Amino acid sequence: MTVDRRWRISLRVLALGYLALLLLVPVGLIFFRTFEHGVGGVWESITTPAAIHAFQLTLEVTAIAVPLNTLFGIVMAIALARGDWRGKGIVNAVIDLPFAISPVVIGLSLILVYGVNGWLGGALADAGVQVIFSVPGIVLATIFVSLPFVVREVTPVLREIGDEQEQAAATLGAGGWTTFRRITLPAIRWGVAYGVVLSVARCIGEFGAVSVVSGKISGETETLTLLVEKRFANFDLAGAYAASALLALIALGTLLAMTMIKPRREEGDA
Amino acid sequence: MSATSAPLAPAPRPLAAAPARPAWRSSGALGLGIATLWLSIIVLLPLSAVVARSLDGGLGEFWDAVSSRQALAALRFTVLVSLATAAINVVGGTLIAWVLVRDQFPGKRIVNALIDLPFALPTIVAGLTLLTLYGPRSPFGIDIAFTQGAVLLALLFVTLPFVIRSVQPVLIELDHEMEEAALSLGARNLTIFRRIVLPNLVPAILSGAALAFARAVGEFGSIVLISGNVPFDTQVSSVYVFKLIESDAPVSAAAVSTVLLLVSLAVLIGIRGLGHWGARHDR
Repeated sequence: MTVDRRWRISLRVLALGYLALLLLVPVGLIFFRTFEHGVGGVWESITTPAAIHAFQLTLEVTAIAVPLNTLFGIVMAIALARGDWRGKGIVNAVIDLPFAISPVVIGLSLILVYGVNGWLGGALADAGVQVIFSVPGIVLATIFVSLPFVVREVTPVLREIGDEQEQAAATLGAGGWTTFRRITLPAIRWGVAYGVVLSVARCIGEFGAVSVVSGKISGETETLTLLVEKRFANFDLAGAYAASALLALIALGTLLAMTMIKPRREEGDA
Repeated sequence: MSATSAPLAPAPRPLAAAPARPAWRSSGALGLGIATLWLSIIVLLPLSAVVARSLDGGLGEFWDAVSSRQALAALRFTVLVSLATAAINVVGGTLIAWVLVRDQFPGKRIVNALIDLPFALPTIVAGLTLLTLYGPRSPFGIDIAFTQGAVLLALLFVTLPFVIRSVQPVLIELDHEMEEAALSLGARNLTIFRRIVLPNLVPAILSGAALAFARAVGEFGSIVLISGNVPFDTQVSSVYVFKLIESDAPVSAAAVSTVLLLVSLAVLIGIRGLGHWGARHDR
């Protein structure tokens, strides 16, 4: 350490103070406000039929979006890290778009394709399929926003481990699938796991894009984050805090999982 | 990395024996095809619908939509407050990254884990949280709800991890030797930081700041409650687009969205350029 003690302590206090004011105090306060009138009310407000349905819908949407994006992520990561094909640069850039675009724009884009006057809206309506203001729209929005996580976590791991072992396996006669299952997958599994955790957190927490396409019908197309907003708008502050505390708990669980996976991911090539 | 493909040249990694094809080639072409199709259906198709729809009424209508007084005011405020967010993150994020890498104190691992909280916490919860602490019912009596400062605060919350997580690994890799040499030659702490540490961090700081800026421009969930959405004051572009969608003005919404899309694209291209520059800078 080259910095003397006085400097170090004051920088530490400055950094931790900033974090406390911005992060810790606000999130702590959510839990305080939630439980200040006792646990009974909280339990009641997160077990109303609307709340239970919102929770179920959120989990269902996540259970559809995350496996699809994980599959996509692994295939795309292998192609990006190992392949050399035309259009790679463009695909690489497009993958980052969901991170950079406003969720509201994502929601609007889905309406313009699948909505009543959208590109496919007419055909879908004729087929009796409703996407916008219905669950499929929420699923599409969630897939869109969580698309990049697994790719972006797995690609660097693949680059890091190199392809010597895969080449060796291929030389020894292993087929593509065997090589993937026995060599590649074990090497990238913690990278995949990390990406999955990030995807799950994003899927559960998505608000903007879902809010545009959902129609917010209580008991039908209302996810947990939409429930928070609706309760707040209806002056049901206690209810909004209770649902928020539940989401904050999930977020803390996510952090715990991230902290546990991170070191393993970094030694994944050992 | 070379962008040109050389199909005739042998693979640059010379393996002695058989021309071992990497595993992905045999079965991977189909996988890549499906993955690209997936990407196109999920991301490209909807986004092209936005751009196409924004031009539905011709360039004139597009221009009217994006240059209306309210749209311009929202865009101006969005860009300015996002720039401020990025700037504060440059200082605060670098400081926190430095403390997390170079300082030792009890509980450091917990603090380090908490940095990712804004990524894990749903944005609407973040907004409600900040409104609770810095709104009308604030326990400290600080009520900044429905002001531009509140928007800045929300953006600082959601963008906190970007610069920190981008600078941390570079700082860990950074050699102490140069700093020690400078110290032994009598350089003071600030001089060492400014002349030796900082230049090495610049690419990481800038790319973290660019990511924070992009995120701030598009942010919606954390802002929607605390901004109050006052036109010509606290209204940001994403909330403005949301209002346009709600009032059934899809062409105007698409036009403003296209502008936001262009900003996102510009930032992404800029980050890519930074990456190349950083890679060159390393050598």
